[in-house]
Amino acid sequence: MQTILSLENIVAGYESKEVLKDVNLKVCHGDFIGIIGPNGGGKTTLLKTILGLISPFEGTISKSDGLNIGYLPQVNSIDKSFPITVKEVVLSGRLSSNNWWKKPDKAQLEKVDELLAFVGMQDYKSTAIGELSGGQMQRIFLCRALISDPQLLVLDEPNTYVDKSFEENLYNLLGELNSKMAILLVSHDVGTVSSIVKSIACVNGGLHYHASNKISNEVLKAYNCPIEIVTHGTVPHRVLKNHHS
Amino acid sequence: MNDILSLLSFDFFRNALLAATLTSVIAGIVGSYIVARRSVFISGGITHASFGGMGIAYFFGFPPFMGAALFAIGSSLGIEWASRKAGIREDSAIAILWSLGMAIGIIFLFLTPGYTPNLMGFLFGDILTVKISDLIGLLIASIIIIALVSIFYEAILSTAFDSEFASTSGLPVTVVRYSASVVIAITIVLSIKVMGIILVLSLFTIPPTAANLFSKNLKSIMFGSVIISLAGSICGLIIAYYFDLPSGATIIFTLTGFYIILRIFKAIKIK
Repeated sequence: MQTILSLENIVAGYESKEVLKDVNLKVCHGDFIGIIGPNGGGKTTLLKTILGLISPFEGTISKSDGLNIGYLPQVNSIDKSFPITVKEVVLSGRLSSNNWWKKPDKAQLEKVDELLAFVGMQDYKSTAIGELSGGQMQRIFLCRALISDPQLLVLDEPNTYVDKSFEENLYNLLGELNSKMAILLVSHDVGTVSSIVKSIACVNGGLHYHASNKISNEVLKAYNCPIEIVTHGTVPHRVLKNHHS
Repeated sequence: MNDILSLLSFDFFRNALLAATLTSVIAGIVGSYIVARRSVFISGGITHASFGGMGIAYFFGFPPFMGAALFAIGSSLGIEWASRKAGIREDSAIAILWSLGMAIGIIFLFLTPGYTPNLMGFLFGDILTVKISDLIGLLIASIIIIALVSIFYEAILSTAFDSEFASTSGLPVTVVRYSASVVIAITIVLSIKVMGIILVLSLFTIPPTAANLFSKNLKSIMFGSVIISLAGSICGLIIAYYFDLPSGATIIFTLTGFYIILRIFKAIKIK
């Protein structure tokens, strides 16, 4: 598989505080990696490093030529009373360093309709963002991340604010999208993550990568992730059933 | 009506009307952006800091507008920088610049020998003494602001709404934010002539707040604010003239009245 993003010996953090220590991660085309770990373990720092929002103190990040990353932030980081419509939010995702002064073309406007239909929000095109529920807003941000046809989709805690009725739907959408793009999904909800992803990275200062989506007892112990799983049977086991396959 | 028409034969009144119109255009557009970005308090800081520049300009005998503009731009960039890079909390940075600017202004005006400039004009505005050079400045600013907003609207909207996402997509977020700060500073200084330091903030906030009652889209809020501001300024100006009241304060009262009427209108419409 072709590697699209690789982190080598990354040390990153804020001011003088190192949060990530010597982190290595390879993301290949077709990957679906769940990133788990305790609060303060560096999940967000890892995301920010990958997205280029902070520069690492040490180490190298290599991206494949013209790698386009679609980013779905946490819904609570958004000003809900900002005067902006659903259509404008989705369209804003098309802007990049080489077209930010250009007006949208016809194909991009059609893409908005297509994406809104994909997430079942076609009737909300002119609705103000503040009138949506958390789950609806999440879907709109998913459209915004997808409009630029990314090769890598990065999701930060997508299940936190999603209404339960849509949660399963969201995972089905992600499964569908995974045929076209690699996905990195950050979550504190280990059960969910292990049921939909193909592999798991546990971040707690360092990063430990598991090439499968099964969570072993060893992982839980070694990386000290505060995970509570009610389970029957022995480990390693699958925590939840797959929503698809 | 004839009285109002006859007023137009006076140069000072024609100039005042033109100044009110152009100020409404720039304050309506820039104010909508300020309100959307929740940076009303920043604008207050910039406004008051500019008073320091005016004081220094008077003391050294160069045009007060230039001094005010330099201080306004400097403080707007300073607030942006202090809160992002220097780790100072934004509201603290604003408060420091706000009172420091006023203090510098008061000291230098006090030290200026002989002729004491019209302090009331700075503080409360003096639209009836607007000069042709002021109008030209306002006109140029209006053209530049309309051009910038129409060309870069989407980038401005995107960075204001979610600057983190915008920077992950590779937008020049820092350039957009610093440019916006400079434009805000210049717009404020130009509007001080009409409204005065104390009152100018309401001209930037009341019209967008009123327009926001009827629209949840930044572009139409900008357009609506210009219209509301225009109507309020012209009515206020005429009322001020007939009742011999200070123009800036009367304009604020008229705008607030408009806001209340629009609010009631909306409440009735919803029922």
